[in-house]
Amino acid sequence: MNMDRRQFVLTSAAAFAALSVNAVPAFAANGATADDRIKEFTGGAEIAEGRVTLNTPEIAENGNTVPISVEVDSPMTDDNYVQSIMVVADGNPNPEVVTFNFTTMSGVAAAKTRIRLAKTQNVIAVAKLSDGSFQMAKNEVKVTIGGCGG
Amino acid sequence: MKILRRSAIVALSVSMVGAVAFAGPDDDKLVIEGETIVTDVKAPAGSPLDHIYSGWRFRSDETQSLQTDDFENPAFAAIENAIAQFDTVDGKAGKSCADCHSITDFEGLRTQLPRWNEELGKPETLEMIINRSRTEHMQAEPWKWEAPEMLGMTAYIGLQSRGQPVDVDTEGPMAEWAAKGKELYYTRVGQLNMSCAQCHEANYGKMIRADHLSQGQVNGFPVYRLKWGGLGSSHRRFKGCMRNIRAEPYQPGSDEFIALELYVASRGEGLSVETPSVRN
Amino acid sequence: MASKPRVKVPKQAAAGEVITIKTLISHTMESGQRKDRKTGDLIPRKIINKFTCYFNDQEVFSADIDPAVSSNPYMEFSCKVPESGTFRFVWIDDDGSEYSTEKKITVQ
Repeated sequence: MNMDRRQFVLTSAAAFAALSVNAVPAFAANGATADDRIKEFTGGAEIAEGRVTLNTPEIAENGNTVPISVEVDSPMTDDNYVQSIMVVADGNPNPEVVTFNFTTMSGVAAAKTRIRLAKTQNVIAVAKLSDGSFQMAKNEVKVTIGGCGG
Repeated sequence: MKILRRSAIVALSVSMVGAVAFAGPDDDKLVIEGETIVTDVKAPAGSPLDHIYSGWRFRSDETQSLQTDDFENPAFAAIENAIAQFDTVDGKAGKSCADCHSITDFEGLRTQLPRWNEELGKPETLEMIINRSRTEHMQAEPWKWEAPEMLGMTAYIGLQSRGQPVDVDTEGPMAEWAAKGKELYYTRVGQLNMSCAQCHEANYGKMIRADHLSQGQVNGFPVYRLKWGGLGSSHRRFKGCMRNIRAEPYQPGSDEFIALELYVASRGEGLSVETPSVRN
Repeated sequence: MASKPRVKVPKQAAAGEVITIKTLISHTMESGQRKDRKTGDLIPRKIINKFTCYFNDQEVFSADIDPAVSSNPYMEFSCKVPESGTFRFVWIDDDGSEYSTEKKITVQ
């Protein structure tokens, strides 16, 4: 990150402020949006909501390492299971984050990892089920730029 | 009649004027792998602080939880490498660390560092102890202060003292160095003309922009900083802080930072060693 | 770079029990977004792009990983263990290197 741009201001009456700073240097981007990736993943099919649980912090203490977990309510049997869950972030230079692929041996369709978020944005999880249907969940994560670093 | 309206210009970076928001350390208790870690103690007589708090107490719940389990703690990726390194022959003497040491030899060591080295005529940090062994006993190249191998090894060795109280010696020959460290701690530097004390003593618990200020303790170093995406030493942290104040920083391994590390460690007497800690 | 993976798998389980597996591997996960401070050039991307868990050679779980996954990638997932056997975990780097480790489990 560009340390030089950081203005360091300490006021004795500073109250908590969640800041989202949009002044980021030009990123190398592949041009796709989160919506593009979702359309690719679903082939344009309708996406329902309600079965995907996406856990993200409300405020990420540092955008470099944001813990997320995702789970889909599913019996994970041979005729009824979750094939994959794709996670995208709509404010990152490139939207794709990770795609988890499950099998019936997974037992539960659940996974956790840690991700990078460049700024405050939505994290979206889209699940593909064995019956060809899709489910999603979307959370906003506030990403702050801290006051002190090194 | 036309009423002219003036619209307020909303700036993205903002300083809020109002009541002082003392968020303070939280009340969470730190238990790692079943072991209770002391994250706050009443300050000893003569301390400029009333109560001493570990930096863990100032972090968000998500960051805190990363430290509670040795499989969640990202620092352990580097410690796995250090465990392998400990058994690896390195240097012309054809020895590995394991040829002379069992890792349990180092239990308690981290609590005493920096400590006096009579031969050197100055205090030594863990990095210096490791390099002394490497060059003198293994005839191997010394590691750079922030080399991944050094960070992994100081984390692995520091881990052996986790849960034990910080107890550095500031008497005898160490007194001069502790005094020097204290002077550095309270001296304003840089374009922003600030000292360590202004944030970490006078204003800990408050927010500096979106960061929750801690007391700046060193009981958990080397620390896995989410911002760095990896481990870093206390000297690296000191250097970064100085840069933020727009001061010319001292270098890792310098006498100034050794003195500062000693003094800051003494400010945390009684806290448990938390190495490897996780912070933002 | 030295990448010794770290994996937590219970040593024992009941048949059909769903266990949690935690994995961590040290890797910078160079995203390809950072610039070299001196030259201003972009530092090329170099990440672990695939992680797979096999049980007795059958795939249990995998992750297709992009640069937005943090350094020292952590993956936690589940497995419904049918019988005793061996887990194998494989991480693949952009440059083709493979890192792997195995863990045995006993099912009563």
